[in-house]
Amino acid sequence: MANSRQESGFQIRRIWSDERARSALFQILVVLGLALLVAFFVANTMANLQARGMEPGFGFLQDPAFFEINQNLIEYASTSTFGRALVVGLLNTLLVSAAGIISATVIGFLAGVFRLSNNWLVGRLIGVYVEFTRNVPVLLQIIFWWSILTGLPKVADSLSIGNSLFLNNRGVRMPAPILENGFGWVALAFLLGVFASYLVGRWARRRHMATGQPFPMLWVGLGLVVLPPLLLFVALGQPLDWDIPEKTRFNFRGGFNITPELVALWWALTTYTGAFISEIVRAGILSVSKGQSEAAHALGLRPGLTMRKIIIPQALRVIIPPLTSQYLNLTKNSSLAIAIGYQDLVSIGNTVLNQSGQAIEVVGIWMVVYLSLSLGTSAFMNWYNSHIALVER
Amino acid sequence: MKSVKYFAAAIVAAATIGGASISHAATLDDVRAAGALKCGINTGLPGFAYTDDSGNWTGFDAAFCRAVAAAVFGDGNKVQFVNLTGANRFPALASGEIDLLSRNTTWTFSRDVDLAFTFVGVNYYDGQGFIGRKSLGVKSAKELDGASVCIQTGTTTELNLADFFRVNNIKFEPVPIETNEEARVAYLADRCDVYTTDASGLAATKTTFENADAHMVFPEIISKEPLGPLVRQGDDQWADVARWTLNVLINAEEYGVTQANVAEMAKGTNNPEINRMLGSEGSLGEMLGLQKDWAANVIKAVGNYGEIFDRFLGPNTALALDRGQNALYTKGGLLYAPPMR
Repeated sequence: MANSRQESGFQIRRIWSDERARSALFQILVVLGLALLVAFFVANTMANLQARGMEPGFGFLQDPAFFEINQNLIEYASTSTFGRALVVGLLNTLLVSAAGIISATVIGFLAGVFRLSNNWLVGRLIGVYVEFTRNVPVLLQIIFWWSILTGLPKVADSLSIGNSLFLNNRGVRMPAPILENGFGWVALAFLLGVFASYLVGRWARRRHMATGQPFPMLWVGLGLVVLPPLLLFVALGQPLDWDIPEKTRFNFRGGFNITPELVALWWALTTYTGAFISEIVRAGILSVSKGQSEAAHALGLRPGLTMRKIIIPQALRVIIPPLTSQYLNLTKNSSLAIAIGYQDLVSIGNTVLNQSGQAIEVVGIWMVVYLSLSLGTSAFMNWYNSHIALVER
Repeated sequence: MKSVKYFAAAIVAAATIGGASISHAATLDDVRAAGALKCGINTGLPGFAYTDDSGNWTGFDAAFCRAVAAAVFGDGNKVQFVNLTGANRFPALASGEIDLLSRNTTWTFSRDVDLAFTFVGVNYYDGQGFIGRKSLGVKSAKELDGASVCIQTGTTTELNLADFFRVNNIKFEPVPIETNEEARVAYLADRCDVYTTDASGLAATKTTFENADAHMVFPEIISKEPLGPLVRQGDDQWADVARWTLNVLINAEEYGVTQANVAEMAKGTNNPEINRMLGSEGSLGEMLGLQKDWAANVIKAVGNYGEIFDRFLGPNTALALDRGQNALYTKGGLLYAPPMR
């Protein structure tokens, strides 16, 4: 017994004298302290809420919202719940973010490649675009585009294309498709076409690797995806009708409308983020050693092919990591929607917060949602990055 | 060891900060200690909250802030105005960022009960209306089927509007807007056919239109909007200060106490009700925890209810609003303040 006590005493002293044990102890203390701090803030908040007679919790999500939303991708009416309203807002955020990421990537890549063009005018024009959009706050750009769009002709003087598509300061009103019996077969044929072209593409790539024979994949793939559904569509007697917008006293009725708020937000985010992406792409291309393109030229590859087959695949490894943070920025910047009244998660959350008084819960939902969106995007981009990483042989 | 010390200091600091925010009881003491009343008002609404030529916030709602400041400090200028939108006003009050909210806010059940605020009374009886271009040829709000409607988010008007269209089984496109100013811009850009808010707000906004005659406020009122100042629930003394400041403004009009004659009347009159109010008889001020002459200071600073109304909203202003329901009960209106006894 005496022995073991002595031993434990020895060990405690050893914690102070052994550097590794000491640093472990401090780390444990810091973690404990942090946990205490968090617990204190939670308890303090709860006590404050209770003192004001406010019920913390998420029960309010079941209560009816009683307000309207002007862009809902899922069914929503003013009698729907707060929870559903928030989901509508989340979908609106996802819509503008996804559309923005796709278009910003396209614009960014084109601008990045063309900025390096030997054509003086093209290079300079892209330079002006990049420097201008990159250096003006995106909030101002959103408001700028919104003011331009609301300056379009009024409803009564709408610009129209074929009397079915209308453009005015309340958006673009388009005919909406009405699917009739049998359209499911057409959709199925389309999906099968996509799958078939994927298989053919895989086969063509293998053959190309093995024999060096190129294959006109673009045309074959397009044919597989477009032709069978088109033939089926005609054969089934065109099972599709259009809901053409009609002018009523105030607005158009029928069809579907893309609001100027959505367009302004999407376009501002696209051009703003596109400018950053173009710089990333330019840096990526310049990071590929000049010897690579010279070698490609020496082999007789045309410039376009050199870019596609030699430069871009190597540049991508430099481009992807910073590109990820641009995607995250775009998603987070979409919350500036509130400035022009695009009803995204933050805008609707604000209304919910104000009508229900559950501030902490709504702010918590915001943070969790944006965090998950960002982590999800990062995870995907990291996967893609490792997928295209140089495979050392 | 250094890091441990810093850490302990951080915990103590956090505990002090957190501890300070736990109790919201004695707001009156907090206001006195701060040396100014933190009062929430609109971000800009002609007649109710706007800046005068020298850049000071003024208006019907701002005047109430000054009245409460005068009751507490004897000086109507000891106010720190905080401009708030419809959406951020309640968090600002609940978190203690402001002591009093005087921002054309409708008194409703859920705000009073669920959001845990105390409305101290009604200082403007309003109702929700619509403004639209005369060229629309609309006579009634029920003809608005399919229209785009500009609306401030986080307001009761947003809820009333949805109710109104649902009950009448007509559809509309909501165009959500943060502030009255943005709503004005969107409406004038014809982004929406009509703009809806409290009728007083519509009258106020209309005064800023370049061609006001081309627009009309529809005669229809679709809701009750009793507007009033409010405080956090749970501090009855502070609620009493605000409530009785409002009652003083209304009673002063009833008894004929004005900014011009209040100094004279405070010396004593043959009306005991006035004497008790202005402090020459009894000790109402002490009961509230204020100075004896608190009510006289209020009237000196801003005048009585009628004077405030005339100065900012009445027929001689650009808004040109009638007293209507906001007249004293003796003149057929709804204003009726309990006695000062």
